[in-house]
Amino acid sequence: MSASIPTDSVGLVTPQSYHFDEPLDLRSGKVLDAYDLTVETYGTLNGEKSNAILVCHALSGDHHAAGYHSATDKKPGWWDACIGPGKAIDTDLFFVVSLNNLGGCAGSTGPASINPKTETFYGPDFPVVTVRDWVKSQFRLMDRLGIEKWAAVIGGSLGGMQVLRWAISYPQRLGHAISIAAAPKLSAQNIAFNEVARHSIISDPNFHAGHYLQNNTYPKQGLMLARMVGHITYLSDSAMRAKFGKTVTDFEATGTNFGRDLRTGKLSFGLNVDFQVESYLHYQGERFSENFDANTYLLMTKALDYFDPSVDYEGNLAHAFANSSCKFLLISFSTDWRFPPERSREIVNALLKAGKEVSYLEIEADQGHDAFLLPVPRYIRALTTYLKRVHQELAAHAS
Amino acid sequence: MRPEFEIIQKWIEPGSRVLDLGCGDGSLLHYLKSTKQIHEIGLEIDPDNMEKSIFNGINVIQQDLDRGLKNFQSDSFDTVLLAQTLQALSNPAELVDDMLRIGKNGIITFPNFGNWKSRLYLFTRGRMPVSKFMPHQWYDTPNIHFCTVKDFDALCREKNITVLTRTVVDSQHQGSWAMKAWPNFLGEIAIYHLTKRSGNQV
Repeated sequence: MSASIPTDSVGLVTPQSYHFDEPLDLRSGKVLDAYDLTVETYGTLNGEKSNAILVCHALSGDHHAAGYHSATDKKPGWWDACIGPGKAIDTDLFFVVSLNNLGGCAGSTGPASINPKTETFYGPDFPVVTVRDWVKSQFRLMDRLGIEKWAAVIGGSLGGMQVLRWAISYPQRLGHAISIAAAPKLSAQNIAFNEVARHSIISDPNFHAGHYLQNNTYPKQGLMLARMVGHITYLSDSAMRAKFGKTVTDFEATGTNFGRDLRTGKLSFGLNVDFQVESYLHYQGERFSENFDANTYLLMTKALDYFDPSVDYEGNLAHAFANSSCKFLLISFSTDWRFPPERSREIVNALLKAGKEVSYLEIEADQGHDAFLLPVPRYIRALTTYLKRVHQELAAHAS
Repeated sequence: MRPEFEIIQKWIEPGSRVLDLGCGDGSLLHYLKSTKQIHEIGLEIDPDNMEKSIFNGINVIQQDLDRGLKNFQSDSFDTVLLAQTLQALSNPAELVDDMLRIGKNGIITFPNFGNWKSRLYLFTRGRMPVSKFMPHQWYDTPNIHFCTVKDFDALCREKNITVLTRTVVDSQHQGSWAMKAWPNFLGEIAIYHLTKRSGNQV
């Protein structure tokens, strides 16, 4: 299939593993003695090492952000729409670093790794990691790569939260913070959805209090349910109508069937899957449950719930950004109801209050929260233009 | 560069904080950035203009001026600009108040509807003036609150706004002794430098 790898792709990529021996003090008070981070890079680091961009992944993402692992891969990395030669995050201009976060299940140390102390899986004993802990580990990776300052740190959703944390924890070490479809902290509704997801995993009889790997099983049903609920929150009502409303019968000749396409053309009058949307959710849940670790999912949702950089500043987000010296770009999407535009505006207003340099775009898009991963034209154009400026600044600085 | 910029830049302190309401393609802020090293924020709602602002290296925030400026702190900017936008606002008086709350001083430019050409047009044709400078028909114009120099002077008096400087120019941005003598009759574009602060705290 190598012939079919598109020319604007970074092509075949190979992840690398970095081992860290220095213990990592975690927010929870626990310590991770040693760990590995799995990393992919795209593009070339320039002589001044000034053109590096860190990409932070969201809930179910990993280090594989762009390109293909093998010529037979059906799909490229999760943000291939934005990363590649000539794309918004242009690998002809920038050196892009993408890693699997701690607690992940795609190579970096996480619950499915072997705990050297017990010589069995960490499982539920893997410490709860927070956004702050991730950024600390990313900082160590930065040092290992010999990068003094990121030209930009970029991420969407939970990735966008890591971006904000970078600007707070290591203000001198990034030039631009680009946070997309994020929020300054979760709302009760957000936490509620996460709790439904967690409860469905924990209550699966195959969960075994998190020790399912020792029992040669995994909580498939629970993971499926968690993903199905999550997936609903990623899509907008209009996106679902468009996705599952392709067939308009005479009966629904008004031009829309509200996304009620049937799977087989008729109702079953039973508990079978009748509608396309049901079938889609089942498929997404099934596929996800086979590729993702349940303990990791629990950890990631906890990291989301715990994120609130204002806690150290008596709830004042503007104070949290007091020492930030980077420029900020915030982007939100009109139909995102998971982290809607007003959540991004909260961040913008805190940055204005703190007197920071900030740009903010609210993109009209039908796709809901998922839009940040998709090639929405205005979004891609704005990101492209912004990053071209970032590159010009670097060139001007060097000369 | 628009000649209007030349007049405005004289009132901008080097290295100051400038907020431009309706910054368009960011060319004014870009000009002030290169001549006065200002720290800038522009507000804009048109996607194409926003993209051009980003291209010009300007900090630009998508925000509708008609929804107010409550998210901006008092005294958080040195100068707040409103160039050729006043007449398109749904509540211009409220925005002028907000401008002078946020900025130590404000600069407002608007097309003077009291200009002799508008008067002549309305007088001879009996129809709303349409010109190269104001090309819209009454039903599709974004300009819903036209005013004259005299009207704006009255608003400033009513709101206790100090007019630091008032300049009027023609559409080529040329001033003349005659315009100084009869600004409301001869001026096509009015340019005001305003403050609500007392004394010399501008």
